[in-house]
Amino acid sequence: MSTTRATPAPATRRPRPTPGRSMTWRDRLHRFDMRYVPYLMIAPFFLLFLVFGLFPMVFNGVVALRHWRLDDPELTGWAGVENFSRLFTDGDFGNALYNTFGIFLLSTVPQLLLALIIASLLNRRLRAQTWWRVGALLPYITPITASTLVFNVFFARDLGMANWALGLIGIGTENPIDWRADKLHSWIAIATMVNWKWIGYNALLYLAAMQSIPRDVYEASALDGAGPWRQLWRITVPMIRPVVIFTVVLSTIGGLQLFTEPMLFDLNAQAATGGSGGEWQTVAQLIYKVGWKDLNLGYAAAMSWALFLIILVVAALNTLLTNRISGGRK
Amino acid sequence: MSLLERPRPAPSAPRGGRRRAVLLGRAPQDTPAGLWTYLFLALSTLFAAFPLYWMFVISTSTDEATSQLPPVVVPGDQFLVNLDEVFSLQDVYFAASLVNSVIVSTAVTASVLFFCSLAGFAFAKLRFRGSRALMLFVILTLTVPNQLGVVALYIVMGKLGWNGTLLAVIVPGLVTAFGVFYMRQFIVNTVPDELVESARVDGATTMRVYWNIVLPAVRPALAVLGLLTFVATWNDFQWPLITLNGTDYPTSMVAISDLASGNYVIYRRVLAGAFVATIPLLIMLVIGGRQIVRGIMEGAVKS
Repeated sequence: MSTTRATPAPATRRPRPTPGRSMTWRDRLHRFDMRYVPYLMIAPFFLLFLVFGLFPMVFNGVVALRHWRLDDPELTGWAGVENFSRLFTDGDFGNALYNTFGIFLLSTVPQLLLALIIASLLNRRLRAQTWWRVGALLPYITPITASTLVFNVFFARDLGMANWALGLIGIGTENPIDWRADKLHSWIAIATMVNWKWIGYNALLYLAAMQSIPRDVYEASALDGAGPWRQLWRITVPMIRPVVIFTVVLSTIGGLQLFTEPMLFDLNAQAATGGSGGEWQTVAQLIYKVGWKDLNLGYAAAMSWALFLIILVVAALNTLLTNRISGGRK
Repeated sequence: MSLLERPRPAPSAPRGGRRRAVLLGRAPQDTPAGLWTYLFLALSTLFAAFPLYWMFVISTSTDEATSQLPPVVVPGDQFLVNLDEVFSLQDVYFAASLVNSVIVSTAVTASVLFFCSLAGFAFAKLRFRGSRALMLFVILTLTVPNQLGVVALYIVMGKLGWNGTLLAVIVPGLVTAFGVFYMRQFIVNTVPDELVESARVDGATTMRVYWNIVLPAVRPALAVLGLLTFVATWNDFQWPLITLNGTDYPTSMVAISDLASGNYVIYRRVLAGAFVATIPLLIMLVIGGRQIVRGIMEGAVKS
């Protein structure tokens, strides 16, 4: 499996100790330095990953197969696949999965499209170039807890800024929208927060890729008389396809684990129910509730595994899909 | 620079269709932005900045400001009053939570910089058996969603007796796969092999080469990685909530979520707390904005 060449003789750069005499202290030190110090340098990562990354992951599988309750340490023993089979009949899990995908779609698609447009604007020759880019990162550095609380006030039913702004263009003036009353509206509110947070970040990723497109590609395209919009779709997007796929995978992994926004959008955040009827409870939130509110760690572990598998499948599907869409326009 | 080498449209180029074609042939980055571009970018920046600005406005205002329409956009004079209320809340430990966040973020950042540059150096410049396979492994761990292990991590921390202490949020973050990967890429490209070799010939030990040659050369990358790590650690919410919630040692993110839970939430107070917890990050963006932008953009091209 290892493709490394055989380790060179450790003492090539120093005169070898004269045969017959035992190695000096300095030679031993040098030998140790060349042979083992590299491993010592990378050891912290592997140790830490072993204890707090790999082991919990494997152990999570064990926990999922056992009865493991925080409130009842006496109740132990193997549960078999009970925790997993329960997932298929659990209405809460189905609902959380439905919400997670709904919010995911409402946030990812507009997020990446807008990021693409903003990146293409940032890609022009601009005055104060750096500051436009730094400005795009304001949401990225803002704690999600802080921004979600601000958006909570925006999305109040009465006297909230979102309804006021919609009222200006004649929407909901009779019946202000209750953003926490049903699925679609709460999903839109949460998706807005996610979009706000990540558009600028993704725009910078796209911008970086756009700047590495060779200039003569555009020169050639001028002959077709393509306008800026067509240029964006016909040249730029296919050329930055690897980064587009990368952002799709990133937002899939992040979006399907959405936690902070739905948690704090709830006025009774600590309950982790995602609305009085679970209107916007995501899977990550449900895992938290099952594990630390209902104190059933075994079932929460099984849910984590299910979520992991779902993320894998969706990320793979999205990669294929994006590859098709962004490449098919060549 | 490369602008100079580009053929300019001849001054005598005919107007109309031909001229348009020449303009379009320019790469976007050579095309000066027009009025609409600036307008749209200004609007987007406003959209990005407004929630932050409004958080500040509300944290300086009285209760009525929260529900005033059209929205209040001028800061009030109640900032110190609101601040005082946040800090004197009994069971939220807001002041302590800020200290905790500083401790956690600083410790994690310092450690990530040290251990990741060390490992990055080893992977970039040292020969040892299995180095490629091990590096591949590091990259693979980047793709694992962290959510998967949370339940078991909590149990592990319980066995160690660390739940509810800052150790539980510090230790797992001390070295990151992203940091190792990022430092390796930077060192491969910026530290010449000959420099390392010649120091070796002069009898320098590996650690000495790291300290005297590698560290000074990778300062720009350390700045980028440090800023990104600090921001991410400061803002982390889910794991700190799980392990620290309800204890006497919350981080500021956990404390803010505590402020915002309850039957009656006083937003000028909550947002004053949220704003205070955002200030360190705003300062970082103002001072290190360039570096953060560069770090994100470099990461994109390399991955």
